[in-house]
Amino acid sequence: MRRAALTAAGWALACVVLAPYAVMLLTALKPDAELRTTPPRLLPVLWRPENFLDVLGDPDFASWLRVSLVVATASTAIVVLAAAPAAYYTARHRFPGRTAFLVVVLVTQMFSPTALVVGLYRQFFELDLVNTYAALILTNAAFNLAFAIWILRAFFASIPREIEEAAAVDGCGRAGALLRVVLPLSLPGLVTAVIFAFIAAWNEYIVALTLMTAPERKPLTVGITTYVTAYVQHWNHLFAASVLAIVPVVVLFALIERHLVGGLTAGSVK
Amino acid sequence: MRAEAPAPARAVKGRRWEALLWLGPSLALIAGVVFYPAVALVHASLGRYSITGVYQGSVGADNYVRLLQQPALSTVLTNTVVWVGAVVAVTVVVSLALAQLLNQPFPGRALVRWALIVPWAASLIMTSKLFVWIYDYYFGALNRLLTSAGVLARPVDWLGDDATVMGAMIAVGIFVSLPFTTYVVLAGLASIPGEVYEAARVDGASRWATYRRLTLPLLKPALLVAVVLNVIYVFNSFPIVWTLNDRNPGFAHDTMVTFMYKIAFKSALRDVGLAAALGVVNVLLILVAVLAYLRTVRWDDGEAAASGRA
Repeated sequence: MRRAALTAAGWALACVVLAPYAVMLLTALKPDAELRTTPPRLLPVLWRPENFLDVLGDPDFASWLRVSLVVATASTAIVVLAAAPAAYYTARHRFPGRTAFLVVVLVTQMFSPTALVVGLYRQFFELDLVNTYAALILTNAAFNLAFAIWILRAFFASIPREIEEAAAVDGCGRAGALLRVVLPLSLPGLVTAVIFAFIAAWNEYIVALTLMTAPERKPLTVGITTYVTAYVQHWNHLFAASVLAIVPVVVLFALIERHLVGGLTAGSVK
Repeated sequence: MRAEAPAPARAVKGRRWEALLWLGPSLALIAGVVFYPAVALVHASLGRYSITGVYQGSVGADNYVRLLQQPALSTVLTNTVVWVGAVVAVTVVVSLALAQLLNQPFPGRALVRWALIVPWAASLIMTSKLFVWIYDYYFGALNRLLTSAGVLARPVDWLGDDATVMGAMIAVGIFVSLPFTTYVVLAGLASIPGEVYEAARVDGASRWATYRRLTLPLLKPALLVAVVLNVIYVFNSFPIVWTLNDRNPGFAHDTMVTFMYKIAFKSALRDVGLAAALGVVNVLLILVAVLAYLRTVRWDDGEAAASGRA
């Protein structure tokens, strides 16, 4: 009885959470003519999966997708390259300034670029970097760095120093021990950091909206909003594009779910 | 981490350079793209700019004085307090219940947890656009649902009616904040040892009494983290208010961050100095929250082992 009630409540929760996204998917499958019917219908009369092909074949969409992929990939690479050595060193060594460094990292995690957006714009305006990949890539990298440092540090710290030292003595050398012992053992942390940094950059909106004003430099989050403006209202295309952008991200997010909370509440969870 | 033997001064100095090498890339990134913009923000807040954004010299604290004179400021401040307060309060209370539910075994629980990830993983701007469509006066699913269920006699213009805009935005804010908060509470629940509950069962305490006297106090650390982080996230939240309030002219339903953004980039004002002054105020408000966070959590710069993280 209790079990049945729990199950019902659990499934009801899933339905409530997914209902808006069901509207998204069903609207994405409607032909133009069915977007404005009164009273509105939930299901399409004429199912039109071709909306997805329309979006995929739209040169604008291809351009937004390319920008998003370039920005997310490059900023993720920078995050990992910068975070891994810092995480490893702070996990293995005590040194003056370690705590200060970790506090600074924690503070950057709490500052979303939103609060600083006017300063970011001034900076890149004066450096003449508005509408460049570099500006958006570096901004994403900097603000996603903290999560990667925290999560990698936890994984590095959990690898017993003895294993690493034994490998080094056994002829691996220090670099070899890092590559052949530490890296494989901290792979789940690395995967988590990569997926998180990628998704955060993929979903980023306000900095892209501010810095990327040229049409050929807009990423997906900014670009797809042009499907619905005061003049044109292609809700079906907007939502088809959204579904295409959201589905892979949800799958990746589900993969790293176990480690997310630890990385986001860094410094607090023992 | 095991304490290392105290190193001689020379070694410490060498280590400092070594540390700089390993931390260098991170430090450069933080200095260049977090601290430098913060400095640029403060500098901009003290300057005057042409409409095209060219610096025209310092004006001292003039922008801050003008900020205080903005007629919309008190409305925007009130909106921000209501927005942050309502979203965080409701999110935390509902998340407590959801975490309790998702902590019990039932068939399909993994799938339900997976469903809860969707609003968290999806881009906020896409979810916001989705709700603009759901809230639509003529074609939206919400009016259709509520009128056919008999809850509403006539449709409501959720995003156009001054009485409902804030509530409509708050609902979306709660919707997207629930997953993270629920997962934080779940992590807190997982850290409570089972023996605690066994003792309560022996004592014959009721379920509700056990929850109130045992679970809630033990969840306090997780709840504090959830509250402070949510306050920061929701205060900084831009896409929801920006998108759902898009139709409405003026600043009647803006929060501090959308007000700042409109002044800087959208309104006829295009007033860099004024927006920067507001930006500095926002940063200081967040800093207060960050300090609260550092004080409330058990700050641990030692080894937070991966195993201890749910």
